[in-house]
Formats: sequence, structure tokens, C-alpha cells
Amino acid sequence: MIGLEHVLVVGALLFSIGLYVALSKRSAVGILMGIELMLNSVNLNLVGFARFVESPRPIDGQVFTVFVITVAAAEAAVALALAVSVYRLRESIDVDRLNILKW
Amino acid sequence: MPLLFWYDFDPLHSLYNWLRDNTSSEVVYVVAALVAATGILSFVGLGALVNVWLERRIIGRMQVRKGPNRVGPFGLLQPVADAIKLIQKEVLQPRDSDRALFNLPPILVFIPAMLTFSVFAWAPDLVYADLNVGVLFLLAISSITSLAIFVAGWSSNNKYALLGAMRVIAMAISYEIPLVLALLAPVIFAGTMSLAGIVDFQREYDVWLAFLLPTSLFIYAIAATAELNRTPADIAEAESEIVAGFHTEYSGMKFGLFYAVELINSLAVSGIVASLFFGGYSLYGLDDYIPPWIIFIGKIYFFYFGLIWLRGTWPRLRIDQLMAFAWKMLIPMALINIAVAATEVLLWRQLEWDNWVLGVFVAINLVTMVLLIGFFFRMITRDFYRLPRRVRLVHDVSVPSLPATRPAAGS
Amino acid sequence: MEDTAVIVAFYVLTIVTLGSALMVATVRDLVHAVLFLVLSFVGVAGLYITLSADFVAVVQVLIYVGAISVLMLFAILLTPRASRDNASVPYAAPIGVLAGLLGAVIIFVALKTDWATAPGGNKFETTAAEIGKALLDPFVIPFEVASVLLVIAMLGAILLVRPGEGGEPG
Repeated sequence: MIGLEHVLVVGALLFSIGLYVALSKRSAVGILMGIELMLNSVNLNLVGFARFVESPRPIDGQVFTVFVITVAAAEAAVALALAVSVYRLRESIDVDRLNILKW
Repeated sequence: MPLLFWYDFDPLHSLYNWLRDNTSSEVVYVVAALVAATGILSFVGLGALVNVWLERRIIGRMQVRKGPNRVGPFGLLQPVADAIKLIQKEVLQPRDSDRALFNLPPILVFIPAMLTFSVFAWAPDLVYADLNVGVLFLLAISSITSLAIFVAGWSSNNKYALLGAMRVIAMAISYEIPLVLALLAPVIFAGTMSLAGIVDFQREYDVWLAFLLPTSLFIYAIAATAELNRTPADIAEAESEIVAGFHTEYSGMKFGLFYAVELINSLAVSGIVASLFFGGYSLYGLDDYIPPWIIFIGKIYFFYFGLIWLRGTWPRLRIDQLMAFAWKMLIPMALINIAVAATEVLLWRQLEWDNWVLGVFVAINLVTMVLLIGFFFRMITRDFYRLPRRVRLVHDVSVPSLPATRPAAGS
Repeated sequence: MEDTAVIVAFYVLTIVTLGSALMVATVRDLVHAVLFLVLSFVGVAGLYITLSADFVAVVQVLIYVGAISVLMLFAILLTPRASRDNASVPYAAPIGVLAGLLGAVIIFVALKTDWATAPGGNKFETTAAEIGKALLDPFVIPFEVASVLLVIAMLGAILLVRPGEGGEPG
């Protein structure tokens, strides 16, 4: 019997794994992978709420999910364009080495 | 159960009735799913074999020669000979290639090809998976193919394979956009994304969507040909250019899988065209007398013959010609087509006009298609030879201009 | 959701998703990590289907697997001299503890809260039609803003990677 709690637990676990990946990777693409995992976990929670929670218009969860996917696509495009552009200047996308602006 | 057609033989029905009465509905579901999947996949497998023979014979005939005719009567055992040849070849794996990733692409590229056949409507009640989002499902799984091609090019540890893979992916993602946009218009007309629903729409209003939306058919046919990497868009297999593209390092049956997948994908695309645009299993009432799935399979092979005809007749296009065609011609055409289709559906359904107005729409859409093709064609060929050629993936080669486009001497 | 098949599918897909997410964190090679990420996307799409969200599942496969993953692989490809070994920063262990603690807090709060669950769950007839109606009636402004956002993102990405001035160094 799958209830709302199961979905929320899966979402929370995926979020924590995504947070670990986003904070602990050196490459910009690695950080982006963590961010996408976190966004996926949020989408999973939203779809779970749309399915299980009493609401006057229960489809709102899925609509919100479609918007999050759209924004994630836009953000991934810009983030990767930034990574490629920075690579052209510094020949590395290791975020520990991109420290020109330090005080 | 009375025998309606000659193929309604009894053992299958009595097995089904026994299962339904004696076991739970889950067992019936699983057994029915397995039997139906075996049926569909055997059609797919046989289709791959038959297509090898069909293609080589028909292209041979179009090139005023006989195709293969040595191996069996009329060369009918040629696919078997090809399969045996590929199986007994030495399977090489390059030493520095990515061990884990090298074996993945032949499997990964086969999955979308098989999944496409699960949403077709073979007869009024004969759909394997009547998804509510059937059309979008087809588009989603065809976008997995580009991922598989990238992994194939990457794991070969071969610059030319990677280059070939990049070109194929660039072309695939460019042609995905007009593909999606072109398939939106039939969905707008039918009001549902399930293929069975679209076939029902065409059967109910007695009009094929090919007549109502010729622009969509035109765009989809071209975009699907490019997605399949068939001539005239087969820069992936241009043997004279990039050795063998992304499947350079694959030998033996792995290459055989890539080749088979191309044929199965052609069959799938023909199936989509037959379902969405040409009425699926219905043939203006003839499907009450002939089994509908025979009509459907006949239509699939008819359009597959059309694809072979294209391959045997047209020369190959260059990559920049293909990209210009997709971005500058097909996408604006598809967008205008959606606007026109949505307006027509709005007028038809919201204002509740009679159904003869569909005939008017047929005429309007045909005129629109001719105007659109004429306009965009003139626009993209007007100053074609002066467009900057930004070929970034290989070193820029300066090509001498053709004599016809040089300024006339003395003017 | 009482069907045995749905429950089994949910657990299998959960294991696939979380397992491939863990492999993203731990595997050595960056391209392998991206491919495990693709597997987790497919797993999440399967989870959407068990939650009766078929349209969202297909959109997830179409956009995440079909577009964003290809984008990430292109980015790896266009940065050939960057390191491709999915390394972690030296202080990765405290981050793991932090992420684990945060996950535990979220799970605790989620299990303790009394969600106003509808008995039997919500049923949708065709999610695509309902999402379409919701996008055009109550959510039309976010819809239009999202399309403007996509155009801006596309223009920004093209401007950033255009050869010529070499991007905007400022």
C-alpha cells in the first residue's frame, strides 16, 4: 500500500543525495548533476502531493512540475554555456581553480 | 464464439476463457501481455529480415540492375546469409575503449525501436498499450536514440567515430523540433494524443488527416527521414566521408544490431505515418470485410516502399544544407501550420459548424502548404551560396564557388 | 494504490533511482556519472507513472533524458582538457554528514505532519487535457513568462558560446 509517506521519504533521500553531489563535486558539470537530482526530488514530491492530497484542483501539482522541468532545462542550458565559456578562458572547469575574484 | 474471420481459431479463445475463469485477473493480464508482446516482436523481427531483402531488391531495380538473386530463389535467403555473415565475424573491442560503455549502445538503441510498436492500433480493439499520451511517448523514446549514438561514438575512443556521432546528434536534435511541432497538429484535430483515438477520429469523420493536414505530413516525412539517418540525410553512414561514422569500431553482430535498428525504425516511422495520417487500420469501410491488421500492415509496407523510393532516388545532402533546411524552413512552416490548425479546430468545434466544413479546411490547408513551401524554399535558396559556412567540427575547408554562381565575366 | 504490481514497481523503481543517484556520487568517470544520472531520470519517470502522472512522466523523459543529458554530454565534450574524473573536494565527508542530517530532518517532518490526504487518492481522467486547461486558465501568466524565460535562456546560451569575441569576459 503506497501512501504519501513513501513518496516523501524517497523524495527526501533523493534530495540529500543530490545535495551531497552538488556540494562536493569539483567539476561544474558535477555540480549541475547534483542540482538536477535535487530538482527531480522536488518534482517527485509535487507529483506525490497532486496524487494524494485533498485539494480543490488536484492537477496543480503536476502543472507546477511541468514548470519546474521547464525552468530546469533553461537553467541547465545557461549553466553549461557558462561552463564552456569559462573553460575557454581558464582551460579548466574545476570550480576550486576559478578563484580570480577572491579577496 | 462464432468464427468471424479465418484466423479466429479456437484454441486461443478457449485458453483465454479458461484462464479468465480459473485464475485471477492478474495472471490473465500477464499472460495476455506476454503473448501479445511475442506477437508484436515477432512481427518486428520478421520485418527486419524482410526489409533487408526488400530494400536491396527494390533499390537494385531502381538502379536498373537486379538486386541480390544468388542466395535463394529471387535472393530471398539473402537476409539469412547476411545474418550468418555478421554472426560469424570476429567481435573486436578496441583496447583503449571504454570497457563498460562499449557494449551498451547496441542494446540502448534497440529499446526505442521496439517500444514504438506497442502503441500502434492494429485493429479496433487490438492496441497493446493504449496510452493517453501515445504521440508524446513516441517522441520521448525516439530522443533516447541520440543518447545511445553519443555513447557509441564516445566509447569507441576514435576521433572519427566521435565526430560522426556529433554530427548525427546535431542533426537529430535539430530535426526533433519540427517533428514534435508537426505531430501537434493531428493531436489538435483529434483532441487526444492516443493513436487509437486519432485513428478513431479519422474513421468517424471519414477523412484522413493526410488530406486535412498535408503540411504536417510533409514536415513529418522529412523530419523522420532525417531522424532515421536515411538518404537523403544519411551523413551518419556516408562511407566516403567519415569512415563509418559512429559505428566504425563496432563489428559483427553489434553492427548488425545498428543496421537492424535502422530498418526497424523505418518500419516504425511508416507505422506512425500510417496511423496518424492515413487512417491506420481503416480503409473507408473496407475494414469490416478484410481483417484490419492486414490493412494496417499493408499500409506500413506501402510507406516503407515510399522511404525506399526516396533512398534510391535522391542524392545525399550536406550537413549544413540539412541544418539550414530544418531551422529555417521546417520550423517556421510547422509553427504556422499549428496556428492554422488550431484556428480551424476552434472555428469547427467552438462555433459548432457542420462537418462539411472539413472539406473546406482540406482545400485551405492544401493551398497553405503550397504557399508555405514556395515561400520558404525561395527564401532559403535565394542567397544560399553567400551564406557563411560555419563548419566548426572540422577544419574549415574553402570550397571554390561553382561556375554558375560566380559573377559573369565582364559584367 | 493497492495493486501488488504497482507496489512492486514502486519499490523496484525506488531502488533503481536511489541506487543510480548514489552511483552518480561515487563513480570515477564523469561520463559514467552522467549516464547514471540518465538512469535516475528514467527511474523518476517510472515513479511518476506509478503516481498516475503519465504526461509529466513522458515530458520528463523527453526533456531530461532527451535534451538535458545530451547538453551535459556536449559540455563534457567541448571541454577536452578539463579533468574528467568526477573528483570530490577534500572536505566531502562532513558534507555527506550534513546532507544525511538534512535528509533525516526532512523525513522526520514528513512522517510527523498530518497531511490532508484524500481517501483513496485523486483520480485524473486524462492528465494531459487537465494540465492543458490549467495552463491556459489559472496559470496563463506563468505559462507566458516561462516561454519568455526559455527564449532568454536560449539567447543567453548562444551568446555565451559563440566563437568570435570568445564570450563575455566581464
